[in-house]
Amino acid sequence: MALNQETIKNLSTLARLRLPAEREEKILSDLQSILDWVEQLKEVNIDGVEPLVSVTEGTAPMRKDEVTDGGLQRELMMNAPEEIQGFYVVPKVVK
Amino acid sequence: MTDLVNLTIAEALDLLNKKEISSEELTKAHIAEMEKGRVLNAFITETPDLALEQAKASDEKRAAGSALGALEGIPIANKDLYCTKGVRTTAASKILSKFVPPYESTVSQKLKDAGTVMLGKLNTDQFAMGGSTLTSYFGVTKNPWNLDLVPGGSSGGSAAAVSAGLCMAATGSDTGGSIRQPASFCGVTGIKPTYGRCSRFGIVAFASSLDQAGPMARSVKDCALMLGAMAGADDKDSTVANVPVPDYTLALTGDIKGKKIGIPKEYRLDGLNPDVAATWDKGIQFLKDAGAEVVDISLPHTKYALPVYYIVACAEASSNLSRYDGVRYTTRVDGDSLDEMYENTRTDGFGDEVVRRILLGTFVLSAGFYDAYYTRAQRVRRLIYNDFIEAFKQVDAILVPAAPTPALSAEEMKNMKPVDVYAGDVFTTPASLAGVPGLSLPIGLSQNGLPIGLQVIGKHFDENTVFQVADVLEKLANFDKTPRRVKG
Repeated sequence: MALNQETIKNLSTLARLRLPAEREEKILSDLQSILDWVEQLKEVNIDGVEPLVSVTEGTAPMRKDEVTDGGLQRELMMNAPEEIQGFYVVPKVVK
Repeated sequence: MTDLVNLTIAEALDLLNKKEISSEELTKAHIAEMEKGRVLNAFITETPDLALEQAKASDEKRAAGSALGALEGIPIANKDLYCTKGVRTTAASKILSKFVPPYESTVSQKLKDAGTVMLGKLNTDQFAMGGSTLTSYFGVTKNPWNLDLVPGGSSGGSAAAVSAGLCMAATGSDTGGSIRQPASFCGVTGIKPTYGRCSRFGIVAFASSLDQAGPMARSVKDCALMLGAMAGADDKDSTVANVPVPDYTLALTGDIKGKKIGIPKEYRLDGLNPDVAATWDKGIQFLKDAGAEVVDISLPHTKYALPVYYIVACAEASSNLSRYDGVRYTTRVDGDSLDEMYENTRTDGFGDEVVRRILLGTFVLSAGFYDAYYTRAQRVRRLIYNDFIEAFKQVDAILVPAAPTPALSAEEMKNMKPVDVYAGDVFTTPASLAGVPGLSLPIGLSQNGLPIGLQVIGKHFDENTVFQVADVLEKLANFDKTPRRVKG
C-alpha cells in the first residue's frame, strides 16, 4: 500500500489534526515505513481464525442499573476551557 | 540511623510496626532524596506537602492503634497517567498539562486505602507512547545508572525514581512493555499483571484492550505487596475479573523444584545482543540450579507480535484520544469553526509520536483498509494468544529477556526511525497481546555496567507462579540494585 499526500490529508482531516506542510513529508515517510513493515502479516495463514477483540471477551459481568452518584456538575465543569452557567461553550455551529 | 531510602517496603513496614521509625521520618527522607534527584527529571509534579500530611495522618492512626492498611505509611509515587483527585495529571502531554482530575483512579485510591503516602506524579512517554520518556512534553527522564541514557519507557519516571531511591515503589502501566522494559533498563522489578487483574478506571487510556496497571519496586516481595493492594474487581471497569486476589507474598516459598519453565526458541533472535543472551543463559542456569525443569518450547507466531501490537494499539489510541477536543480538558486553541477549533487544539496539544500513532490508527480503521489491517491484526492476535495457551499446557512459566538491549543513549534514540524504536518492544508485546502476566527483574550487568532484566511470564491469573519463580531468580542473582546514586 503506497501512501500519498492526499491520503495523509484525508487521514488528518478524519483525525482532526492539521499537519504543517513542513511536517507532512516526514509523517508520510514515517507512516509509509510502518505500513511496509506491517505488511509481513500478510504471510500468516489466518483461514478460519476469529479476530481476538479482547482477552476477556464474553466475561463482562452485569451490574444493577442504578444511580450511584450525581450532583457532580461543578467538579465536571472545572476543567472546561470555557463555560457559561454550567454549559460547555463551543464556537458557533449554526449560521 | 538506618538509611531510610535504601529500605525495601517489607523492611520499612517492619520498622514502622516496631515503632523504630515513623512514616513522617521515612517520608521526609524520601522528600529530601526527591529534591536531590531532580537532575533525573523523574517527577512531573512533586507533592511533598500532601505527602507529609498523609504521613502524619498515618502515624496518628498507628499511634491510636487503628486498623492499618497493608502498606501503612509507605511513600510511593504514581505514574502521571493515573488520575489523582485535585493533583494535576498530564499524561506527560501539553494537551493535559493543566488538567486537574475531579476524581481518583481506582488503583491509586486502593493504594491510598492501603495507607500509602503519595510523593508525586512521575514522568512517562506522552500518553505512554514510547519506550524512553523522550516523547514526554516535560522532557526526558535520565537513567540513574548513567545520566546520558534513557530510563526506558513508558514508565521511565517510575523506574528511575524507584532505582534512585526517590520513592519506595511506584505505579506503572504497561500496554506493550511499558513496565517491564524500563524495569530492565533501570535495574528494578516490575510486573504487568494479567489483563483484567487491575482496574483501568481513571488511568488515561492508550489502548484499552492492552493497558494494564502494575507496580515497580526494588524487590519481588515489594511488587507482590504492591500488587496485592492494587488488584481487584471494580464496578467502574467491567474488564476487571471478579476473582479473589491472593496474598502474593505467600507465593514466595523459595522452592521451584520440579517446576517446568519454558524457553521459547523464537526469542533467541539472530544477532541478539550478547550481554542479553548471556544474561538469559545465566537465568536458565539459575533455574536448573534451583531444581526446576527447563523445557524447550515454541511460540511460533512471536515474530508477528510487534506489527500486530502497533496496529491494534494505534487503532485503539486513535479512538481513545478523540476525546481531547478542546471542550472538556482545559486546553483549547480557538478557531473560527468547531472543526477548526478541534484541529487547532489537537495539532497544538499532541506531540509527534502521538500524531503518528493517531494517524496510523485512523488509517487502519478507515473504510477500505479495516479488514486488510485491523481485522487481520486481530486474527493474528488470536494465533499469538493460542501459542501461549498451548505452551502453558506443557510448562508452568516461561523465561525470556525483558528487552533486546540494555538502556540506550538519549541522543542515539532521538535519531532512530520509528520502526527501529518499536523493535525495542519485541520481547514484551507477545505477553501483552495474550493478556498473560509478565514480571521483569534485574539479573546482572552488561559489560558496560548496565542492568539487564529477565522476564518471567505466567498463565492468566497465575501471578503466584510468576512471583514464586522470580523470587528464586532474585535470590540466586543477588543483584546489587543500588545505582551510582545521583548526588547533587
